[in-house]
Amino acid sequence: MSSADAIPQFNKPAGGNSEVGVTNMSALTAGPGIKSLFDFAIIALVAVVVIGGLELLLTVFAVPQYVLPKPHEIAVALVTDFPLIAPHLGHTLVELFSGFGIGALVGLVLAAVVTQFPFVEKIITPYILLLVTTPMLALVPLLILRFGFGYEPRIIAVALASGPMVMINATTGFRRVDSGKIALARSYGASTLQIFWKIRAPMALPMIFVGLMVGSIFGLLTAVGAEMVGGGFGLGNRLTSYSSMIQMPQFFAVVLILSILGILIYVLFFLLGKKFASWEA
Amino acid sequence: MTLVQSTQPKLQVNGATKVYNTNSGDLLAIDRCSIDIAPGEIVSVVGPSGSGKTTLLWAISGLHGLTSGEILLDGKPVTGPRREIGMVFQDANLLPWRTIDANINFPFEIKGEKPDRDWITTLMHRVGLEGFGARMPRELSGGMQQRVALVRALSFKPSVLLMDEPFGALDSFTREEMNHLVEEIYLDTRTTIVLITHSIEEAIFLSDRVVVMSARPGRIAHVHDVPFARPRSMEIMTTREVFDLTNTIKREIVGDQQSKAAVRRRQAVPVSAPL
Ligand SMILES: Nc1ncnc2c1ncn2[C@@H]1O[C@H](COP(=O)(O)OP(=O)(O)O)[C@@H](O)[C@H]1O
Ligand SMILES: [Mg+2]
Repeated sequence: MSSADAIPQFNKPAGGNSEVGVTNMSALTAGPGIKSLFDFAIIALVAVVVIGGLELLLTVFAVPQYVLPKPHEIAVALVTDFPLIAPHLGHTLVELFSGFGIGALVGLVLAAVVTQFPFVEKIITPYILLLVTTPMLALVPLLILRFGFGYEPRIIAVALASGPMVMINATTGFRRVDSGKIALARSYGASTLQIFWKIRAPMALPMIFVGLMVGSIFGLLTAVGAEMVGGGFGLGNRLTSYSSMIQMPQFFAVVLILSILGILIYVLFFLLGKKFASWEA
Repeated sequence: MTLVQSTQPKLQVNGATKVYNTNSGDLLAIDRCSIDIAPGEIVSVVGPSGSGKTTLLWAISGLHGLTSGEILLDGKPVTGPRREIGMVFQDANLLPWRTIDANINFPFEIKGEKPDRDWITTLMHRVGLEGFGARMPRELSGGMQQRVALVRALSFKPSVLLMDEPFGALDSFTREEMNHLVEEIYLDTRTTIVLITHSIEEAIFLSDRVVVMSARPGRIAHVHDVPFARPRSMEIMTTREVFDLTNTIKREIVGDQQSKAAVRRRQAVPVSAPL
């Protein structure tokens, strides 16, 4: 039994505090919410001040564009160069969706298997730990050597980066079940499969969403990193290419797109968590 | 044969003994507990915490087996969960992601059966929860949640109802209310009830007999009759008889804990011979 609980929770930082935003379920249930017009006005005002201030500072100190372009230059680049950047965004999304889809699916299945057969866990835990602790980017040159400069090495890297995150969080979730609820199901003669689908799975759902969120963000990082290593397409490739050509407004436009992508992923899982795991106060 | 059946106990606990194999060695949780419970009888079990009350109840429910001894329901051994047995757990044990209706349907889902709508409506009305079916558990007070658990446990019309400290988390007013509710339901259904509680008052108010368990290993130390007609009113709780019984049971529980503690002290500090 003690071995069954042995998988460390990587979503929890050792310190226990901090990083509430990404790693804690409270991020999903108590996340950002704009309450009133007044709140909104303040948020907008701060944004204007920050961006305007930046614009002003860069102008006053005459910071050269190759060091840091002004916000309006980035905005202009984003609009004018978007048609050029869009196909690369598409490539990155393909890698992210397929890699994360495969990784999450395998991770969820493994988590379920490990929950039901603690013995399997003993066998695979070392490999999972290895996958979690090794930056998957390190494998990309090797993968490129084997699979060429297409989608494959990137998708594999994304799957390897996101899968274990999903698995570890889902396993924690499946384990969290309190014995009273299992006893309840068993008192009505529930089978192991029924207990899994009707008790363990719904109880694990909040943790699964955390795993999917962390996993997909890891996937995005890995996809972009892999694109920077090699291959002539993808947002990561744009970053290396724009910076080598010192096209800094375009470079930052891509950075902005990546930030927005990350935020959209976060919001997506926030909303999913709100919809399907709101029972957890 | 019919005569034998009519006098047959509803439940027979014969020499129930359970040893838990733990990392720190074997633990004798209950030791040779025996009691016969008649159809339609209400029996309460009280005792210090850790005296094996839950262990005994789970054995009766078929949720776990015994190391030795046996449980008979209507003369037949209990080897696993049985539909004739309804169970109310400590705290309401509702599934927080399901509505009240869905919680009550849960047992039927597990068994792949259609819920008996009429009966459930009757029960919901009985416990005063009509109109709450679409709510989520967290929207209900503790007492209301425990009512839902009661409805869920009774939904199969069990002939035996097992309750493990069902009202322990409720305030004393709500607890009293729930006690009256259990009595009402009992008078309607004549379900045999085994109730674990740490409230001696509750035990006396509800039961025909109160069983006192001793601390580890759990043994049935005393059994007391509570000879009051039903329906009972709270008035009986102020009678001399109940007062004396309450004190007797208290002494039995506390005395048992103190004597065991004394043994532990003697064992811990070996008496050095005075010189
Ligand atoms: N699953 C278990 N494994 C090991 N020991 C247990 C288990 N369940 C209960 N025990 C132990 O058995 C004893 C009796 O427990 P329990 O039946 O829960 O007592 P009670 O319900 O009277 O408080 C306690 O000492 C408890 O620690
Ligand atoms: Mg108990």
